Amino acid sequence: MGLSAEGLKVGDSYSELVVEDLTRTQIVQYAGASGDYNPVHSDEKFVTEVAGYPTVFAHGMLTMGMTGRMLTNYVGDGRLTYYGVRFVNQVWPGDTLTARAEVAAVREEDGETLVDLTITTTNQDEKFVLTGNATARVD
Amino acid sequence: MAVERFPVEASHILMFARAIGDSNLIYSDDSHAAGTEVGSIIAPPTFAQASAQFDPDYFLRPKDGQKWFGSGATASGTLSKEPKEQSQESDDEKSGSSAGGLHAEQHFTYHRHLKPGDVLSAETKPGESWEKESKRAGVLKFSESITEYRDQNGELVVTARSVGVVTEKVIEQ
Repeated sequence: MGLSAEGLKVGDSYSELVVEDLTRTQIVQYAGASGDYNPVHSDEKFVTEVAGYPTVFAHGMLTMGMTGRMLTNYVGDGRLTYYGVRFVNQVWPGDTLTARAEVAAVREEDGETLVDLTITTTNQDEKFVLTGNATARVD
Repeated sequence: MAVERFPVEASHILMFARAIGDSNLIYSDDSHAAGTEVGSIIAPPTFAQASAQFDPDYFLRPKDGQKWFGSGATASGTLSKEPKEQSQESDDEKSGSSAGGLHAEQHFTYHRHLKPGDVLSAETKPGESWEKESKRAGVLKFSESITEYRDQNGELVVTARSVGVVTEKVIEQ
């Protein structure tokens, strides 16, 4: 079931806590599922001694995936026609992320009603880690 | 990247959904999915990225018989020097090897959603490239690539646009 265009207005928003205290294990889990084994995400020795970061950090795509859960919970399964993001800050183990979508427009295109959403995901310090947009079909 | 054959499988979708912390039954439960609007299990919106598993040349996966750049006996399997010696490199050298590539943007356009049984192929073409100056990270070199995912009938199902960035300095926030 999708969103109903009726009553949907610009400025409406929906948010979800998408991860609390992100674990290194979840980052490893994402590496395994996605196939992206870049050692900066799981290999403490490499990331600190060679890459020069304070510790391992999450794949941008993990943050996009977790943010996608908020989106599909809001607009319904199979409703997205576009989902695009920028990774604006790194996500570290221990981070707690909240993803939010805000209605930017409700419009008609080729006989379908679409909602355009502005997306932000913030960490526990209210800092943006991801910003983006999505479009979904609504009823 | 060219992926000749990316079979979309239910177990892979389940693992991917678990990894992103999404317990939505549409990703795992056939009988639930059958009663929904979409009518079958589908893949989460970012699943196409897992095509990396089926790219024979994907450089971020260790391969049999090849040195891996992550740690083993030393901090990096591709560096013969001990970590102690590396730290004596100049900052410039260090950032050159370390900052490496980061993922700056990712965009998906869905022509339809992926489901188990789909057998995709993917073709990637380079897009634009540009530079930007950043106080935090020095010169940023961006490059774009466009990947078209087609199904077993040759139909375009997902178009992905990815932007990578190579930073001059390590970003530590």
